[in-house]
Amino acid sequence: MRRPNNLGAVVFALTALSLAALLAALWLGPVPIADPFADDARTRAIVWEVRLPRALTAWLVGAALGLSGAALQGLLRNPLADAGVLGLSGFAALGAVIAFAFGFSAFAPFAALAFALAAAILVTALGWRARGPASLALIGIGLSSLAGGLIALALNLAPNPGALSDLVNWTLGSVEGRSLEDAALAGSFLLVGGALIFASARGLQALTLGEAAAAAIGADLSRTRALVVLGAAACAGGATAVAGVIGFVGVAAPHFVRAMVGHDPARLLLPSALAGGAMLVCADIAVRLLPTDTELKLGVAAALIGGPVFALIAARLASRGGDA
Amino acid sequence: MSALLYFERAALALGGRSVFADFSLAVGADEVVALLGPNGAGKTSVLRAGLGLVPLAAGAVRLGGDDPRGLSAQARALRAAYLPQHPQAIWPLSVEALVALGRYAHGGAPERLSPRDQAAVDAAIEACGLGALRSRRMDRISGGEELRAHLARTLAQEAPLLVLDEPTAGLDPAQAIGVAEIFRKHAEAGGGVLFSTHDIALAARVAHRVTLLREGRIVAAGAPETALSEAALSEAYERKGKLVRVEGTLTAMFE
Repeated sequence: MRRPNNLGAVVFALTALSLAALLAALWLGPVPIADPFADDARTRAIVWEVRLPRALTAWLVGAALGLSGAALQGLLRNPLADAGVLGLSGFAALGAVIAFAFGFSAFAPFAALAFALAAAILVTALGWRARGPASLALIGIGLSSLAGGLIALALNLAPNPGALSDLVNWTLGSVEGRSLEDAALAGSFLLVGGALIFASARGLQALTLGEAAAAAIGADLSRTRALVVLGAAACAGGATAVAGVIGFVGVAAPHFVRAMVGHDPARLLLPSALAGGAMLVCADIAVRLLPTDTELKLGVAAALIGGPVFALIAARLASRGGDA
Repeated sequence: MSALLYFERAALALGGRSVFADFSLAVGADEVVALLGPNGAGKTSVLRAGLGLVPLAAGAVRLGGDDPRGLSAQARALRAAYLPQHPQAIWPLSVEALVALGRYAHGGAPERLSPRDQAAVDAAIEACGLGALRSRRMDRISGGEELRAHLARTLAQEAPLLVLDEPTAGLDPAQAIGVAEIFRKHAEAGGGVLFSTHDIALAARVAHRVTLLREGRIVAAGAPETALSEAALSEAYERKGKLVRVEGTLTAMFE
């Protein structure tokens, strides 16, 4: 092959970046720590019981969002798609809120998965033949708004009414105070979702040709669709169950990675996961270091980075006439 | 002779409206068949039905002897390669990566080609004159080059039958003739070609047989010079037309 095959180098660099970000997350924070590996009780408590689980959770959530974003973009042939934009995250949060509010908190992750799956099925069914990238994004915005409204309603109707802060936590997302169990939960959902998504890679590649031609070269499109819908729902469900709704990571990560490995949807998957993880750990470090009275929500920081990227891609598509 | 593709009294309806009816056609090995007719005559639908992409309302279609809708996508792809009317490369892959997608049914992927796959990709790129463009991005080549890249992708599939929807639309006359020569070569190598076109002269030049459609029914079928009579052309296109031979080459003239 004569085209630059730099996938390995990019994966290596993004892995190194992820490790560096995780290390920095152990070291940096509101409480100054000179040596995160020092063997005293205070350092151990802060670094290994607070910062490590939090940083790991941020990485796993970011990776799940980056990977599911890349897969959804490939499936729907739309660079504006991701779990947040399409409403999967909003519905996952709704599922988790319902489980928590009505006393079934043990089932919250599965409720998040089930609701994310419902949203994924709905949005792919509605968006499969959507004309132009923006109309799909509009469908997702509708679903997200619906989910936001239903979350508020669920919190109001709950036997023990939630506080406004619950609503904020779920809809703006945060990894503050997360434990290793939270990280393990996000990680196991990412493993399952990732396995499903990687199995769809060739089908995503075929979809570059559009539906009819993809089927004609031998791609089983219903299989591809099922794998991505299930895989993205697992990723978004797990990520949202532990961190709430964090938007735009799934749009921004594949966008940055395309500049390095090209547009082939199969080649984008792994680097998008790594980039999403590194991005969210960095955003979380920024959130912790900002001198604000109450900690800024991670979802807000992610939106500050991802929102402009989303707007930029949309504007570029519109100027190319890529939209109806 | 067993046909690579045949329709027997096939009918298709979409949304309650008849698209074509009582349609019979066989495409054998060593044969180039052209599908002609005005816009909306049902040419694209015939091609899609032949590949099993849409279900028939009546009659039968057989691809390599079997109902294409009963075949897996992979089995279909090993029997027929398809070039849709407006081929897309939604993500701007390189020309070579796009052509390599044609190896999907053989298990090849752009980053994982066996020597056999690579040879098929190289041959297809060569046949379509894309050697100098193989590492160029699909969004950085001309419209004609894009179409030839998609044609190369179809050839790389190495299916016995090529089904192509207006494969020369937008090509200059020399390139269109170049594509027609590729079809002839495919037929000479034992393959079959079914393509739709508005270029009557090109069809007359390259096709062994033509089928002329109007509003979903066959107006005329057979060898170009006999089938494309003045009466048939005038009926199909609702404008007086005829096939004339100019310095040995057939061309169509309309009033």
